[in-house]
Amino acid sequence: MTKADLVERVYLKTGFSKKESAQIVETVFDLMKSTLENGEKIKLAGFGNFVVKNKATRKGRNPQTGEEIQISSRKILTFKPSQVLKSVINGED
Amino acid sequence: MTKSELIEKLSYSNNLLGKKESELVVNTVLEGIRNALIEGERVEIRGFGSFTVRTRDARDARNPKSGEVVRIASKKTAFFKTGKELRERVDKEAPGL
Repeated sequence: MTKADLVERVYLKTGFSKKESAQIVETVFDLMKSTLENGEKIKLAGFGNFVVKNKATRKGRNPQTGEEIQISSRKILTFKPSQVLKSVINGED
Repeated sequence: MTKSELIEKLSYSNNLLGKKESELVVNTVLEGIRNALIEGERVEIRGFGSFTVRTRDARDARNPKSGEVVRIASKKTAFFKTGKELRERVDKEAPGL
């Protein structure tokens, strides 16, 4: 499934044109992206939480050469599915 | 940001959208992703990320109270891989610049 399929669903459910539906779906993801970019978490009840986490600097190794390298600290995004989402994926209600 | 705040922001962003329509849109999008995952289908949102279903193997664990070994069955979970654009935006030095 891609964004186009989500646009199609919104188009069928809302009565907006395809073009409008595409813009609206784009806006939904833009709003989520700018929220996360600012380091703010997103809690979607019944779906899951998106959280930006800080990773400390750590040592790594180039698997090809065996050379030790420093992996810089960074921010990463994690998604934790809600209990409801996990249950339905496992075929429970 | 909660789901209701997302719905509110969406309705401010577009004058076609009242609160009701925004709520319908957000729920339709989330339901679409969820239904695909129930079918075991991968969902790819360019610039945002992709959702897939991953299987966790069955394992033995211990009841911390009784010390009894219990078998935990294999189960499925939703996995999210952040897309390139979002990964770079999240890790930017100064947000908003």
